[in-house]
Amino acid sequence: MCRIFYSLFVLFFLSSILYAQEKQIDSTKVMDLDEVIVISRVGLNNYKQEKPLSFLDEYLEKSNKITTIKRGNYAWEPSMNNMLTDRLSVTIDGMQIFGACTDKMDPITSYMDVSNLSEVHVKSGQQGSENGSTIGGGIDLKLQKNSFGYDDWNIGVDIGYGSNGNSETISSEFNYSSEKYFVNIDGIHRKSENYFAGGNEEIMFSQFEKFNVSAIVGGKVSDEGSVIGSVIYDEASDVGYPALLMDVSLAKALISSISYEHKNVHNVIHKWESKLYHNTIRHVMDDTKRPDVPIHMDMPGWSDTYGFYTKMYAKKEKHTLLFNVNAYYNKSLAEMTMYPNDLNENSMFMLTWPDVRTLYSGVYGEDEIELKNRQKLKVSARFGYQNEYIASEFGLHSLRIFYRELEGKKNRILLNLSTQYENKINNFDFLLSAGYGERAPSVSEAYGFYLYNSFDNYDYIGNPYLDNEKSSEVNFNLNYSNHKFKAGVTTSFFFISNYIIGKIDPTLAQMTIGADGVRVYEALEYATIFNTGLSVSYNLLPAIDIEGGLSYNLGQDYSGMNLPLISPLDYRMSIRYRKNYFNASFNMNGAREQSNFSSDYGEDMTGAYAVFNANASYSLLFENNKLILKSGVENMFDTYYSTYADWNNIPRMGRNIFLNISFVIQ
Amino acid sequence: MKLLKYILPLLVILTFTSCSDDDDNMESINEVVALMLVQEFTNETHIVELYTQSGDFTQGYNNITLRIRDKVSNQFIQNASITWTPMMHMTSRMHSCPNSDVIKVTERETIYTGYIIFQMPENSNEGWDLTINYMVDNLEYSVISDISVPMSDRQVVSVFMGADDVKYILALVGPESPEVAVNDMIVGLYKMESMMSFPLVEDFMIKLDPRMPSMSSHTSPNNEDLFYNDVSEMYNGKLSLTMTGYWKLNLMLYNANNELLKGEEVSGTIESSSLYLELEF
Ligand SMILES: [Cu+2]
Ligand SMILES: [Cu+2]
Repeated sequence: MCRIFYSLFVLFFLSSILYAQEKQIDSTKVMDLDEVIVISRVGLNNYKQEKPLSFLDEYLEKSNKITTIKRGNYAWEPSMNNMLTDRLSVTIDGMQIFGACTDKMDPITSYMDVSNLSEVHVKSGQQGSENGSTIGGGIDLKLQKNSFGYDDWNIGVDIGYGSNGNSETISSEFNYSSEKYFVNIDGIHRKSENYFAGGNEEIMFSQFEKFNVSAIVGGKVSDEGSVIGSVIYDEASDVGYPALLMDVSLAKALISSISYEHKNVHNVIHKWESKLYHNTIRHVMDDTKRPDVPIHMDMPGWSDTYGFYTKMYAKKEKHTLLFNVNAYYNKSLAEMTMYPNDLNENSMFMLTWPDVRTLYSGVYGEDEIELKNRQKLKVSARFGYQNEYIASEFGLHSLRIFYRELEGKKNRILLNLSTQYENKINNFDFLLSAGYGERAPSVSEAYGFYLYNSFDNYDYIGNPYLDNEKSSEVNFNLNYSNHKFKAGVTTSFFFISNYIIGKIDPTLAQMTIGADGVRVYEALEYATIFNTGLSVSYNLLPAIDIEGGLSYNLGQDYSGMNLPLISPLDYRMSIRYRKNYFNASFNMNGAREQSNFSSDYGEDMTGAYAVFNANASYSLLFENNKLILKSGVENMFDTYYSTYADWNNIPRMGRNIFLNISFVIQ
Repeated sequence: MKLLKYILPLLVILTFTSCSDDDDNMESINEVVALMLVQEFTNETHIVELYTQSGDFTQGYNNITLRIRDKVSNQFIQNASITWTPMMHMTSRMHSCPNSDVIKVTERETIYTGYIIFQMPENSNEGWDLTINYMVDNLEYSVISDISVPMSDRQVVSVFMGADDVKYILALVGPESPEVAVNDMIVGLYKMESMMSFPLVEDFMIKLDPRMPSMSSHTSPNNEDLFYNDVSEMYNGKLSLTMTGYWKLNLMLYNANNELLKGEEVSGTIESSSLYLELEF
C-alpha cells in the first residue's frame, strides 16, 4: 500500500512541478469580521475544497480567525480570537447545543460532519451574538438543504483514504428537489487507526471511528410558506485522546428540529422563520484500554437542550433589519464512579456536573444602514435573561462542601452590543467596530466538582457566585485591492473584566491521584487579548496566485502574566495554479517559538516549526456527471512538531498522503 | 425513602391518637414502627423487647429502644424505671462497656431508650450478656439474656491508651447515614476507670482529618474538629465527604490542657494516624 502511495506522491510531485499551482482567492476570506466557509458539495468543484472529506475542524481552520485545540486526532476544539468554547457561541442553524463532556472532549463541531453542512458562518467578537451571548465570537454551522425548484436530483459518493493512520472515509448523499418538496439524505463513515508523528513515532490511542447520518425534508404548504424538518444522528465510538488520560467509548448526539418559513410576509418583512428544536447528547469516557491507570473510572455525561427561535428579516429603504427572539432550556449532568483496586470496597461516586438546568431567553436586533458614498453602519444588540439552578439534591449537597450557604439558584441579565462602520474609498475598504458583551459562566466554571485538567494537572472546582464576564472590544480592518493585488490588516483588542479562570487555592487538596492541587474558578480583575493579522495575495499570472499571511496574538492578565493557549506569531504562504480542469497548490505554514507561554497553566515553550503541503486535483465531466480526483501530501518532510494548540505537546501527524474520489450523478 | 421518613412518624402519631381516643388498649399502640426487633427478654411476669434501627446489635455504638409488656394484661408498662448492665464474659475476666441511662422517650407512652457502646465483638469463646433491672409500682424485676455482638465491618470504635496512661474508648455515633455533603459528625469518648466504670470524658478536643486510602489518601475540605457538647454529652464536628466509598477518619485527641494524648498528623510518609475511625457508604 505504502509503495503505491509513494509512487502516487512522486507522480503528483512531478505534475505539480510541471504545472505549478491552484486556487482562486476568495476576497471575502482575506480579512473581515465575518467569514463564510464553504463546505457544501452541491456546487462541488475541484478548487473550492482542497480536501473534500477533511474534518469539519480542518475547514474551520481555514478561517483566519479560528485555530483548533487538539487533544488527539478527533474532536478538535475551535478557538476564535484565542478564546475557547466557554467564550464562544457555537450553534447549528441557530440551535443551541452544549457538549456533555466535563473534559471538553466533545466540542459541538464534533457532533457534525461535512456531509451535514453547506457552510459555516464565522463572526468575530460581538458581531457573533446573533444566536447567543458571546465574548469571542459566534460560529453558526449551516445545514445543507435544497431549495424548492425544478424537478432535480443528484447522488454523490465520496471516498477518501489517508496513508497516515490508514484513515478511510466514505460518504454519500442523495438530494431531490421539486416545486413542492425537497429531500436531502446523507451519511458518512470515518475510521482511522493510530496516526504517526514525524519520524514514524506511533501515537498510541489516537484512533477513532464515527458515523453520521442526516435527513432534511421540506414541503411547501402554501405559495409563501414551507415546513422543514431535520434530523441528525452522530455516533463516535472508540475514540482515543492521546493527550488525555481517558478515551471515549461512546459519544452520540441526536439533533432534530422542525421549522416554518414564510416569505414575503409584508412588503417590509421578506422572511419570517420559526424553529422548534431538541437535541440530546450522551458522552461516555473510558479508561479500560489504558495500561497503568492508578484507578479505573467511569465518567458518563448527558446534555439535553430544548429551544426555539423566531427570526424576522426585513428591509426598508436603507435599513436591512434582523430580529431574533430565542429561548432554550438545557440540562447538564455528569457523573464519576471510581473503582477501588480492593474489590471489597464500595465504589466511589460523585456528580461532577450536578444536573444544572439553564433557562435562557433573549431578543436580538440588528440594523445595517446604507449611508452615502458606499458607507455602511451596522448596529446590533442582544438582551438576555438567564435562570440557572441545581436540580440534583445530591449535587447541591456536594457543592455545599465548598459553599455552605449555597442556594443553587441564580438569575442573570446578559447584554451584548456592537456597532460597526464601514467605508470604501477607491481601492480601500476600511472597517471600524466596537462592542460590549457579557457571558454567563459555563456549567463547569460555575458548578463543576473536581474536574481534572490534564493540561495544568489540577482539579477544578466551580464557583457558583461568579459574576458575568464582560468584554469591551474594538476592531479595525483595512483592505486594499486592485485587480492583481490584495492586502489586508486586521486588528482586534479585547478588554475582558471579570475574566474567569482557575486560581490555585492552597488550602484545598486534590482529589485526582497525582494531581498538583485544586484550582477554583475566579474572576480576574481583567485580562486583555490582542490579535492582529496581515494578509496579501497576488495574481502573478492568469493561472497563478500567490498568497501569504501573518498573525500575532498576545493575551495577558491584569498583572501582565500570560494567558494560556494564546497563539504565537504564525505565518502561512501558498502558491496556486489553476487551469481548466486541473489545479494544484503548494503551501507552507509555520510559527515562531511560543515565548509568551503560561507556565502557571501548564504550558512550556513550544518550538518553532514549518510544515509543507501540496495537493493537486483533476475533474472529469461526462454528460452531466462529474468525477473529481484529488490527491495531496500533508507535512511533506515528515516533520516532528507540535504547536501551542496541542494539548500536553502531543505531536502532530507526520507525512500523510491522501486520495479523494468524488462522484456526482445527476 | 425520603417520603417514608416523613410518613412514618406521622403514622405513628396517627395510630397513637386514634387508638387512645377509641379505647385504652395499650396493645394496639405501636411506637416502634420504624424500628426492628432484636430480641425479647422474658421472665415470669414480663417480656422485654429490644429494638434497633437494623434489628441487630453490633460492635460500637448501638442506639436501643425497649418496651416492657405485662404477660398477663398484655399491656405495655408506662411507668417503669430501668437500668441495664452489659457484660462481656472473656476467658480470663469480665468487663462492661460505656452505656447511657435508660430513659422514657418524651411524649411517648410505651418506649424507653438508651445506648450501649460495645467496644469488643464476640468470638467463639467470648461473648456478651445484658441484664435489665426495672421497677414497676415499687416492685423490682430483672431479666438477663445472652446477646450477639458481631464484629463491625469497619472500625467504628477504638480502645487505646493515652499519653496520660489512661485507657480511653472512642466510638463513632454519627453520621448514621453518611452523604456526599457536609455531615454532622458525632463521637462518644469515655474513660475506662475500671472493668465496670466508663465515665464520660468532657472538654477534650478531637482533630479530624478524613482520607480516602484507595485514592492515595486524598482529604476533603472544610472539615471541623470535634468539641464537647454539654447537651448531647458527646463530641460534635463537621465531616465533609466528597464522594461515596471508604473513608478513614484520622483523629488526634487533645486533653483540656491541649496536650496530645493520641494520634499523629497525616503528612508525608505518615499515611494515617494511630487513632482513627472508619466509614463506608
Ligand atoms: Cu469526555
Ligand atoms: Cu476518592
